[in-house]
Amino acid sequence: MASAPDYAVEITDLTFRYGELLVLDDVDLQVARKEFIGVVGPNAGGKSTLLKILLGLLRPGGGRVRVLGTAPSRARKKVGYVPQHPTFPRDFPITVGQTILMGRLGITKPFAGYAPDDIGIADQAMAETEIGHIATRRLNTLSGGQLQRVMLARALVSQPDLLLLDEPTSNVDARLESDIFDLLRELNNRMAIIVVSHDIGFISGYVERVACLNRTLVCHDTESIDGRTLHELYGPGVHMVAHNHP
Amino acid sequence: MEFLQALSEHAFLQHAVVASLLASSACGMVGTYVVVKRIGFLAGGIAHAVLGGMGAALFFGFSPMFGALATAIVAALALGLVKLHAREQEDILISAFWAAGMAVGILFISRTPGYQVDLMIYLFGNVLLVSKQQLLMMLILNIVLVVTIVLFYKQFTAIAFDEEFARLRGLPVTTLYLTLLCLTAVSIVLMIQVVGLILVIALLTLPAAISQQYMQTMKSMMGLAVLLGTVFCLLGLGVSYSLDFPSGATIILVTTLAYLASTTVRKLRA
Repeated sequence: MASAPDYAVEITDLTFRYGELLVLDDVDLQVARKEFIGVVGPNAGGKSTLLKILLGLLRPGGGRVRVLGTAPSRARKKVGYVPQHPTFPRDFPITVGQTILMGRLGITKPFAGYAPDDIGIADQAMAETEIGHIATRRLNTLSGGQLQRVMLARALVSQPDLLLLDEPTSNVDARLESDIFDLLRELNNRMAIIVVSHDIGFISGYVERVACLNRTLVCHDTESIDGRTLHELYGPGVHMVAHNHP
Repeated sequence: MEFLQALSEHAFLQHAVVASLLASSACGMVGTYVVVKRIGFLAGGIAHAVLGGMGAALFFGFSPMFGALATAIVAALALGLVKLHAREQEDILISAFWAAGMAVGILFISRTPGYQVDLMIYLFGNVLLVSKQQLLMMLILNIVLVVTIVLFYKQFTAIAFDEEFARLRGLPVTTLYLTLLCLTAVSIVLMIQVVGLILVIALLTLPAAISQQYMQTMKSMMGLAVLLGTVFCLLGLGVSYSLDFPSGATIILVTTLAYLASTTVRKLRA
């Protein structure tokens, strides 16, 4: 039996263009199997493009990308993904529980309904994200924070080895943001996590490393993030505000 | 009562009732996907393009229903590919299919030797003229449709709900989408027997749209849409028989009035 790969993500010399526009230039990144890493950078800096490449939705223009030891499109079943905004209509006739079960697609039996095992795993994910009490509610009755937890639970039911989150707390208040990151810290005990965020000050209290991406990528330990780093990444006019986490 | 009395006596009315039941189950199940996936206009394009196949089948001496089925599936695949690959021109291309299909059908019918065909039957339907052979074909198509939806219910629901997520879970999104359109094409052929190709889009979408106003899940929405479609078809059939109105048009009017009433009540309560 093949042993588990050493890295959840291995990127070497990655280049990507949208037409003539160079979005990612010679990017190198290695993420260990139980690492929690933040990706920060300005808008149009290539953060979402990098996630799409890791998900196998975009093909690299050059370089090598391995996810869980294989090509990104082959690793999808063991990768959980939480998008920045819901990619579904909120008024769709579906309950929270049924939405979460969809995370089992590709793993569950191909025909007819879901297996009892799937339902058990979905219940577990709802308990972990504290949304078991809203399992029968429709999505258009949920708050922004509840919806974010639903998308997180949907990503968790695939029992991923790598969790990718794109601005997971952009639509929630500060208290809920802390709750979600506390939960991510617990989940990090069993999976690698890559979180894209604008809030470098906040995430540096949780992640082990910060990857600063603005076409090129430079990794920093969280302690070494300072005003100079931000200036290099975002340009002038950006200030660092220190957050205190309990 | 007069209708019920006649129903027990006349085979053509019994055929009409069975045809209505078969069409209703198709419109409830597939119509639910058409409504939540918002592909009503595309389904309208398929329905109208079907006249081309019906006309060609008549011209070459085949059953119009086979012509309708073949054209509906070709139109579904073609329009599906347009939606996937030429989204910016989607409405223009659907409109072109819509009109060109009808034009081809009318040309073929006009050139059919010994032309005795009543074009109005294809355009507006006449459920009272459904034969046993047509009923058998409707039954077979209905079985294919129900079995396919039961087997792949969760996959079809996933692509209707969140295409990007379905793709990430490894589902063959394009194949499933085109299959769903083919099922829509089959449903349209089933319903053309009852209400004709001009009116079919209303029966495909309105029962499901009413159902969506009250139901919480896809399965319950389908169940209520099937029930509503059955009620509207039978009620329309009864009214048309009693008042000597065209059956297809009466069924559609009953369905549309029910939709308007339901929507008004929902708005007033909100």
